[in-house]
Amino acid sequence: MTVLQKVITIAVVVLATMTTRFLPYILFPEGKEVPGFVKFLGRYLAPAVFGLLVVYCLKNVQITAGSHGIPEAIALLVTSALYFWKKGFILPMAGGTITYMILVQMVFA
Amino acid sequence: MRRKALEFAFPKTIPVMAGYVFLGITYGILMSTKGLPWWLPIVTALVIYTGSMEFLMTDILLSSFNPVSAFVTALMVGARHLFYGISMLHKYSGTGTKKFYLIFATSDETFAVNYSEEIPEGMDKGLVYLIVSALDQFYWVFGAGLGGVLGAQISFNTKGLDFVMTAMFMTIFLNQWVKDGTDLKRIVKDHVSELIGVICSVMALMIFGPEKFIVPAMVLILLSLAVMRGWLEKEEGGEQE
Repeated sequence: MTVLQKVITIAVVVLATMTTRFLPYILFPEGKEVPGFVKFLGRYLAPAVFGLLVVYCLKNVQITAGSHGIPEAIALLVTSALYFWKKGFILPMAGGTITYMILVQMVFA
Repeated sequence: MRRKALEFAFPKTIPVMAGYVFLGITYGILMSTKGLPWWLPIVTALVIYTGSMEFLMTDILLSSFNPVSAFVTALMVGARHLFYGISMLHKYSGTGTKKFYLIFATSDETFAVNYSEEIPEGMDKGLVYLIVSALDQFYWVFGAGLGGVLGAQISFNTKGLDFVMTAMFMTIFLNQWVKDGTDLKRIVKDHVSELIGVICSVMALMIFGPEKFIVPAMVLILLSLAVMRGWLEKEEGGEQE
């Protein structure tokens, strides 16, 4: 890619990303009555999307090949255990990530 | 007033700081090890500001020129922002001129933090949201810049560092789970939304594969929620009585 082509690529990506961010506010501006179904989604969608994002992060894990997803499973267990033990965000994230790094660098390398 | 908002907002962004600085450094290192200029991660962190798409950019910018494909990819990867927008319509209303930046800076984590924030009576909610959003983006830009500058100079093995993103979403997911109830007898009733999210995503992943499952997963989630709507609203109404 030339520099100009790179600039254009970044620009269209910005445009697409901003479309996804601004569209709901353009469709339902302030003062306009938000339909009941949209309000319902506002309440119930987020927990489902968090579930989707976890699956998204694990999308390339192969159960039948490589390390069979074992490092991911162990690291997520550590993350969950630390969360239920101490709540908060930093400890579970750091503990899970360090566990995963050790596993993929030393145990499942 | 401003100080109070800052004192309230800053602690809530600390977990994001840890995640974004780490992940940002990872991103910056990745870009510079692929031969892209050190300042490019900073620019993309400022204008695109969505981690998953920026990581994809490291591949896209090195392949042949195809703006249509880049546009469609960004739409699909960013589609979850539509969900965030719908969820935040009410919370971001009445924030005046700050609203433009709030919408622009909606990231996964900023959404998660601002969505779950319970702002004390009398505090300027727009200001709190703004501080959270701006701090989060600053962490990301800072991390990306640091990673870009350090680049190849870092010698420790960073393999597996990207798991920080997985651990972050897992923690956010668990946090939501606990918030919706911890009674084991009501485990399905209280967590219908979380369960729909995971089950629909896994199904879509198995059917469509890792590169194409996001949009089908979202459609499945929407359909499942639509089917369950009457029951969910009845359950919630029943609790309030």
